[in-house]
Amino acid sequence: MSDTSVRLGKTEVGAVGGRGDGTEVVLDVRDLRVSYVTPRGPIRAVNGVSFALRRGEAFGLVGESGSGKSTIALSLMQLIKPPGRIEGGQALLDGTDILALSEEEMQRVRLAEIALITQGAMNSLNPVMRIREQIIDAWKDHGEPVNGREAEERIHHLLRWVGLQPEVARMYPHELSGGMKQRAVIAIAISLRPKVIIADEPTSALDVVVQRQIMQTLRRIQRDLGAAVILIGHDMGLMAQFVDRLGVMYAGKLVEVSPIREMFRDPIHPYSQLLIASLPSLAKKGQFLGIPGLPPSLLDPPLGCPFHPRCPYAMERCRVEVPALELKRPNRLVACHLYEREEGQA
Amino acid sequence: MTTLLEARGVTKIYGAGLFHRGQTVALEGFSLRIETEPPTITAIVGESGSGKTTLARLLLGMTIPTSGAILYHGKDLRKLSRREWREFRRDVQAIFQDPYEVYNPFYRVDHVLLTPLKKFGLVKSDREARERIVEALEAVGLRPDETLGRYPHQLSGGQRQRVMVARALLVRPRLIIADEPVSMVDASLRATILESLRTLTRDFGVSLIYITHDLITAYQISDNIIVLYRGSVAEAGHAEPVVQEPQHPYTRLLIGSIPMPDPDRAWSEEQDPSEIGRLADPRSGCKFASRCPYAMEMCLERHPSLYQTERYRVTACYLYREAPVLAGEYLDEAFARPGVAGPAVAASGAVDEPTSSP
Repeated sequence: MSDTSVRLGKTEVGAVGGRGDGTEVVLDVRDLRVSYVTPRGPIRAVNGVSFALRRGEAFGLVGESGSGKSTIALSLMQLIKPPGRIEGGQALLDGTDILALSEEEMQRVRLAEIALITQGAMNSLNPVMRIREQIIDAWKDHGEPVNGREAEERIHHLLRWVGLQPEVARMYPHELSGGMKQRAVIAIAISLRPKVIIADEPTSALDVVVQRQIMQTLRRIQRDLGAAVILIGHDMGLMAQFVDRLGVMYAGKLVEVSPIREMFRDPIHPYSQLLIASLPSLAKKGQFLGIPGLPPSLLDPPLGCPFHPRCPYAMERCRVEVPALELKRPNRLVACHLYEREEGQA
Repeated sequence: MTTLLEARGVTKIYGAGLFHRGQTVALEGFSLRIETEPPTITAIVGESGSGKTTLARLLLGMTIPTSGAILYHGKDLRKLSRREWREFRRDVQAIFQDPYEVYNPFYRVDHVLLTPLKKFGLVKSDREARERIVEALEAVGLRPDETLGRYPHQLSGGQRQRVMVARALLVRPRLIIADEPVSMVDASLRATILESLRTLTRDFGVSLIYITHDLITAYQISDNIIVLYRGSVAEAGHAEPVVQEPQHPYTRLLIGSIPMPDPDRAWSEEQDPSEIGRLADPRSGCKFASRCPYAMEMCLERHPSLYQTERYRVTACYLYREAPVLAGEYLDEAFARPGVAGPAVAASGAVDEPTSSP
């Protein structure tokens, strides 16, 4: 399959589920469920999430705090710690369910197949180790050469790739700016050429100019590698600039998955509509439109659709029946009772 | 004069001793008068290291200028009597980035609202206090019965921040200085909080200084914008032209870097600095020269003055050197009054205008 992994650029539209449409799926997440146990009962942080990531695409997961987006990232890396627990679901990475792997097996998959760049990852660099050692340290479990000319050359190549001077190899994290540290973190994440890169708010601690530089670097690397990226965040602007398709999360569920242009031009789910209408822009100066109400408590979620208490179009059915994420229009998956299922597909 | 608060030639330098190498110029030669009649909203926009938070602290009297002065009703903050200082503390309220830090976790939310009312002797009875608190909470879109009696951790980040806005409103200040008030809250709540801040200006006559890294919300809320770069004003004036037709190369870079929520409006590619700009020493000349695609010889020699390129705009850039230098030292000489129309005010006196758009 390695020949297809160099596919460049944006994926054409094609069917959303990614099944039976000729577009190859690299990661197929099915009905993922993750809970955190609290004294007051379980919090269903991720409550039945399914999506198919295509090879080489940039897929966004957007949602407010508590919507479950970061929990998805940790689950896919098998980094959920108690009191959190993966309760169900599968994540098929090229056919292998990585949620079912042992810790030992997963260690080999992390970095080599799937890598995570987290929020504030730049602070996760070890302050007393040179960048060079931190890169080598990451390779240890993967049987890569860690000494000699070959290792040095690879490190230099890697640093240049992410836009850093090779001299950075000998430096300590405190000698680097925030943007340079985040580039070093990206260098480690891509060093074993993973097929999937999960970037969870990778630039939220950086200024906008540096943010743009880092995201443009990440995109260039993604295309070079042919890797798929899952970009997780709350900034719709960043999503508009970076991803091909966007999944909107609400209260632990995906409520809409659409190609990025369609999502902005014509959002279908009422929450997506309100979210996009609430974005301030430079195009017009006007009133700030918030979304009335608050996200539901995950300890005691409402029956039916989790958005119904805030939804301007809520019907009786929405209060009792949870809407499934279904193909409602070509290439558009939506979990909402307002719309009829698209005929003859999915 | 209705000047409430004034920064007069304020410079703040951090670091040990005069002429010490390790010192940092956080803010340099900053002069601004804040009018409260009519109430105004001024945004101060900058990235980290721009000096925007230093400016907030200076205006609040939390730190003193290395040179220059902050004046309240024309009197240096350092020379206020105890009574005047109390008035100042009431007239000028602050809202900070993380409202959680302001709360004592062991007291109910009521405490944080009641304290200023009592401290400033603004109410005669508990009943009156309760009425004022209910009124203030409703003004910021909170339901009193869902807010009062709770502990800070029982509220969401957005609710806590709105309680802080309600608190600032309770003491009926003339000016609120808000330093990144919405950068820690989710998008849908951000809109609600900004709307409640704008309501304070419109309905209660409170002026606002909105300090942020976010040029989009700054544009949305403010009458005038000041763009800071490494302690100096790059560009300032009426929000409309500053954002829609930025002049200073730094403002252009900043606006071009914003990820616009529009897939058809792509991020611009950054231009490399000019040959001359590459030679720039950040300690002399224009502070932006080393990153500037238009840097010229003169940019390496001296930091540019503020050129008044339009009635309601100043730009600290030699590309506009044929425009007159801002008369007087105060930035607000180039400020539009609230409600001034946009494009009609543009009467460019600029030359050498770079042809590429941001």
